[in-house]
Amino acid sequence: MLEIKNLNAGIEDKDILKGIDLKVNAGEVHAIMGPNGSGKSTLSSVIAGKEEYEVNGGDIIFEGESILELDAEERAHQGVFLSFQYPVEIPGVSVTNFIKTAINETRKAKGLEDMPASDMLKMIREKSELLEIDRKFLSRSLNEGFSGGEKKRNEIFQMAMLEPKLAILDETDSGLDIDALRIVSNGVNKLRSKDNAVIVITHYQRLLEYIVPDFVHVLVDGKIVKSGGKELALELEEKGYDWVKAELTA
Amino acid sequence: MAYTEDDLEKELATKEYKYGFYTDIESETFPVGLNEDIVRAISKKKEEPEWMTEWRIEAFRHWQTLEEPEWANVHYEKPNFQNISYYSAPSKKPKYDSLDEVDPELLDTFKRLGISLDEQKKLAGVAVDVVMDSVSVTTTFKKTLAEKGIIFCSISEAIKEHPELVKKYIGTVVPKTDNFYAALNSAVFSDGSFCYIPKGVRCPMELSTYFRINQAGTGQFERTLVVADEGSYVSYLEGCTAPSRDENQLHAAVVELIALDDAEIKYSTVQNWYPGNDEGKGGVYNFVTKRGLCEKNAKISWTQVETGSAVTWKYPSCVLKGDNSIGEFYSIAVTNNFQQADTGTKMIHLGKNTKSTIISKGISAGQSQNSYRGLVQINGRAENARNFSQCDSLLMGNKCGAHTFPYIEAKNKSAKVEHEATTSKIGEDQIFYCNQRGIDTEKAIALIVNGFSKEVLNKLPMEFAVEAQKLLEISLEGSVG
Ligand SMILES: Nc1ncnc2c1ncn2[C@@H]1O[C@H](COP(=O)(O)OP(=O)(O)OP(=O)(O)O)[C@@H](O)[C@H]1O
Ligand SMILES: [Mg+2]
Repeated sequence: MLEIKNLNAGIEDKDILKGIDLKVNAGEVHAIMGPNGSGKSTLSSVIAGKEEYEVNGGDIIFEGESILELDAEERAHQGVFLSFQYPVEIPGVSVTNFIKTAINETRKAKGLEDMPASDMLKMIREKSELLEIDRKFLSRSLNEGFSGGEKKRNEIFQMAMLEPKLAILDETDSGLDIDALRIVSNGVNKLRSKDNAVIVITHYQRLLEYIVPDFVHVLVDGKIVKSGGKELALELEEKGYDWVKAELTA
Repeated sequence: MAYTEDDLEKELATKEYKYGFYTDIESETFPVGLNEDIVRAISKKKEEPEWMTEWRIEAFRHWQTLEEPEWANVHYEKPNFQNISYYSAPSKKPKYDSLDEVDPELLDTFKRLGISLDEQKKLAGVAVDVVMDSVSVTTTFKKTLAEKGIIFCSISEAIKEHPELVKKYIGTVVPKTDNFYAALNSAVFSDGSFCYIPKGVRCPMELSTYFRINQAGTGQFERTLVVADEGSYVSYLEGCTAPSRDENQLHAAVVELIALDDAEIKYSTVQNWYPGNDEGKGGVYNFVTKRGLCEKNAKISWTQVETGSAVTWKYPSCVLKGDNSIGEFYSIAVTNNFQQADTGTKMIHLGKNTKSTIISKGISAGQSQNSYRGLVQINGRAENARNFSQCDSLLMGNKCGAHTFPYIEAKNKSAKVEHEATTSKIGEDQIFYCNQRGIDTEKAIALIVNGFSKEVLNKLPMEFAVEAQKLLEISLEGSVG
């Protein structure tokens, strides 16, 4: 589904990603871990098409084709979804209105008519129940005054509504209380299928107990320095990143 | 506040709005130029009584002594008033019993405007008095209104049929000598609407008038007079679209509202006249005088969405004469490319316990200049007057400007006046967030702008709000690279 080849990217005078290789097949869950500032969020932004970052080398292949030339919204239309580490506020735009616009714009791009209001209503009902979101919440301005946990839950609600092929969850667990973590993870698991894939970025093993990864990658200073199975996360939790770094220099 | 399925459904409903065209309807147009003969000719054409003709002549004579105002924060090539034709009417005479008799081309125009009368009749119970190039062509729902004693007709008709009402109220809120444009309007106004709501009557539907400027070079001088008698209520909508033209078109309307004791008037405007091309050429000059008078316990709300015109000069105002009266002003003004808007309000507190609220949302893009100019005046005998003003500006790019000029004159110590102002920019992170969810940048901006303007959009009647949202979107098209 996704193949990243020797990806180099950064901002004007700074290289952030220094040769990333990553292959994600449909049906898989990959976890990316790594110290603060190692480039995890940058990687997700570059996959999602944030123009601020310059790609200086390598390629990103999604569903068999390079998406480097595509705008962010075109990538979204193809089924790339990013749950933001820091979701932004859009004052005056309700969650409902926002998601409605997102869905209909995506449909429009595919040459489809707007989703009938009754279908949309049904879907909103279903997905908000799945994520145990109070309907009142949906009338509030997007992310404005949301608590950290509410923001994250709302990101996953949007993911559930948009049904992406590839979902990248950037520290979706941070800010979630214990119950919310379970609810949100449950939601993500219910949405998993053999046709879609998930990349979870996290600092904590705890999330991976709920969303069990097939692979775990360690990103240090813009490079994936180690990959393994789910047990790698446990090992990291135990030994910290110094262990990986030490192994590198050894 | 509970959020119901209904609210959810409402929010999910969408409607498209169409604009931008012009119709070739044969017109009978006066030669260009302005003098007393022209003023008399207009009055004669409209079969007006002597007092009306005299009133116009007085206005004209006064106008000749005035200079065009210079104080607004707008710059434009002054119109040559001798180069304008002051009268143009569709040559096929109005007054039809049914739609079948109406010029098919005109009907087509209505359809493109999205206001086909058939549709309108079915929809929402809106009566439409359509002003097409100065003469009202058709009026609907008159019967329903007549049963309640409501008068809703063209001002020319009112001058003929209800001279006592017109004579009593015209020029009482905006005197014919009020200002340069108001004096000009008083001299040459060609048509407009008149509305009278009798004592204690609640007008059962939103009254709307759609204005259009049609013939090239014919300035439009609409005159609107709304009188809400004691304890009555009316909601009045005014909207317009203009065809694209590479020629300046002057529009100088006067709107007078009179809310007698315990009456309430809601006046909503959506305005999208041709703003000129993206180099700033052409476009409508919109110099409007709108003012309302509140008697005891009366309330007037002005809500406006201004997206059009090359130059806008407009300050819907409230004179809070009666004790406990309330004035409100909710405004969204969008400027793009080379548009210039100088708009705002005046709240004149004369009575005791009078209250006013001002919410102004200015959105500037391109190289446009958007100014809010507001005056809150609290008179000596206005004990316990209250005002709350909030002026928010949203900027897109670095070449546009937003300016706020709040003037406060409080002559009574018990007055409470609050003013808040904010300026913000649309952030790249907000845009990227939207992009990531499949919303392209243009649509993202529309969404953010709609959100920014929500407090005002919410004040508009439902079907108008949808149209207004669409308009905001259209006006900002191409504002990002
Ligand atoms: N737009 C930017 N301008 C300047 N520096 C940037 C920018 N984006 C990222 N960086 C820098 O690139 C490095 C990687 O940042 P990134 O946000 O990708 O880290 P991260 O792995 O997600 O960290 P965390 O675990 O703290 O979320 C950091 O040093 C960061 O300061
Ligand atoms: Mg990060």
